[in-house]
Amino acid sequence: MQLEPIPLEPRRPQDSYTAMFSSALLRPERETPSLIAGPKGKGVVKRYNVYRNNVTVSLIEALAATFPAVRRITGEEFFRAMARFHIRDTPPNSALLFEYGRDFPAFIAAYEYAQDMPWLADVARIERAWLDAYHAADAEPLSPSALAAVPAERLADLVFIAHPAARIIRSRFAAVTIFAANRVTDPFDTIDAGEPEDGLVTRPGFEVDVRRLPAGGAEFLSSLIAGEPLGVAADAALQARPSFDFGAAIAGMIEAGAFTCVKIGDRS
Amino acid sequence: MYRRLSTQDVQSPAALRFPAHPIEGLAGTSLKPEHLPSILDAPKTRGFFEVHAENYMGAGGPPHRALNAIRRDYPVSLHGVCMSIGGPRPLDKAHLERFRRLVERYEPALVSEHLAWSTHETAYFNDLLPLPYSAATLATVCDHIDEVQEAIGRRMLLENPSTYVAFRESTMSEIEFIRSVARRTGCGLLLDVNNVFVSAANHGFSAREYLADFPLSEVREIHLAGHSEQSDDEGDRLIIDSHDGPVADAVWKLYEIVIARVGPLPTLIEWDSSIPEWPVLEAEAAAAQAILDRFAAPIIVESSHAA
Repeated sequence: MQLEPIPLEPRRPQDSYTAMFSSALLRPERETPSLIAGPKGKGVVKRYNVYRNNVTVSLIEALAATFPAVRRITGEEFFRAMARFHIRDTPPNSALLFEYGRDFPAFIAAYEYAQDMPWLADVARIERAWLDAYHAADAEPLSPSALAAVPAERLADLVFIAHPAARIIRSRFAAVTIFAANRVTDPFDTIDAGEPEDGLVTRPGFEVDVRRLPAGGAEFLSSLIAGEPLGVAADAALQARPSFDFGAAIAGMIEAGAFTCVKIGDRS
Repeated sequence: MYRRLSTQDVQSPAALRFPAHPIEGLAGTSLKPEHLPSILDAPKTRGFFEVHAENYMGAGGPPHRALNAIRRDYPVSLHGVCMSIGGPRPLDKAHLERFRRLVERYEPALVSEHLAWSTHETAYFNDLLPLPYSAATLATVCDHIDEVQEAIGRRMLLENPSTYVAFRESTMSEIEFIRSVARRTGCGLLLDVNNVFVSAANHGFSAREYLADFPLSEVREIHLAGHSEQSDDEGDRLIIDSHDGPVADAVWKLYEIVIARVGPLPTLIEWDSSIPEWPVLEAEAAAAQAILDRFAAPIIVESSHAA
């Protein structure tokens, strides 16, 4: 097999100033770029450090704003150090800061100093999903009466369209409870972190809602969100957790506004 | 090669979804989510709000609801912070399209961006980074502004930067550069008086001379903000464009000089960090409004349809 040579991107000569200027922004160990100068022969180290500081501090602030529960759990100093490492590793690749931090949960999971908080990455996943729900497109949630008109024999064929804000987070730990306790400033009782929890993130109106799902709820909703008909989703949930409560799951997902519309799918 | 766009500041009224709300002669503030309840609960006041375009580039949710409510009652100025107009690479088409859609959706009274860059390759640095002033960068900046103005179908304003370093490869002054950009692209200018003060102090030139030289006839909006102090390698004062406090007295003085020359231009108070309670910010805007009113022409013309 013969590989096509990859053409090099033609570089215009002036292309170099952004490359040179940015080369040391997130690298404090590197020398100040040589293309800049201070007035009247003055040094540029502290001058360049203003840009370094602006970049790093503003990105730490961006992560702190997206992950307030993680920050409260770890404390300010720990959070800023962890965020700084992540920013150097993975600077934003979008100018939209509310998109930043998608890789932060995985970074936290692998972060050496966070190994005694194995649930921390899942809390971060919930916080990232919270912000996605916050900015998701507006949509009217399914009304409780929408299912009333469906003939009983067709219920199993119903297919649901997920609300743009709806997200499922599954955790081997009590991530939803830890998240909820740390998004507010009130004190809280001891949490048994070892209790596995699944969470549903939605935004039926303008308030983001994060709730724990009952047994089988995550299998059920994930299946529906993936476009499976109601019968298939209920089977999946029952198979995973025999205690799955179908009626409560339907009532819960309607109340949370997880879906926007429903249709009777074709039987295959 | 530079086509001067025939630009309109105001769209035809038939197409408007929001009231026109003229911005002429008004002082305004940056819109901060924490101030929204205070603003919306109070009776409508004289003034305008400026928003960072990127904060409203999500699909929906509370940000758009807030901006809709504000835009119904007030003139809005749309201020982009990360187009990287001053970068060498082509503009990000997806970002430009998001920007265009915001202009279309909210019909802002003013649209502006920075003479700076924020992105290199795929990394976004979230800061307004400086560029050399040369024939090559001038050509690229003009291309970028042409592209923006063509996309949004109207004139944009370009803001002068605050800087801490200069480039060895620069071959022209900042003013020469900005004047050429305005002439070649037909764009308007956003004069940030605090940026002038900061850059003048940091580079050792006179802010008054800079302002005397600046193409004031192209200015359509003024920015004012607070700054802070650090020191440079030699232990001399280095002024940081920090937007974290009230406007300094020296900047108010420069502002008065500008307004005395150009008349009452829309003026924004920027306060982006250590954000105070709403009444504090409102009082800063009132101070700017008092200066604007003092220098207003005796006959105020309702100029929403001014050419």
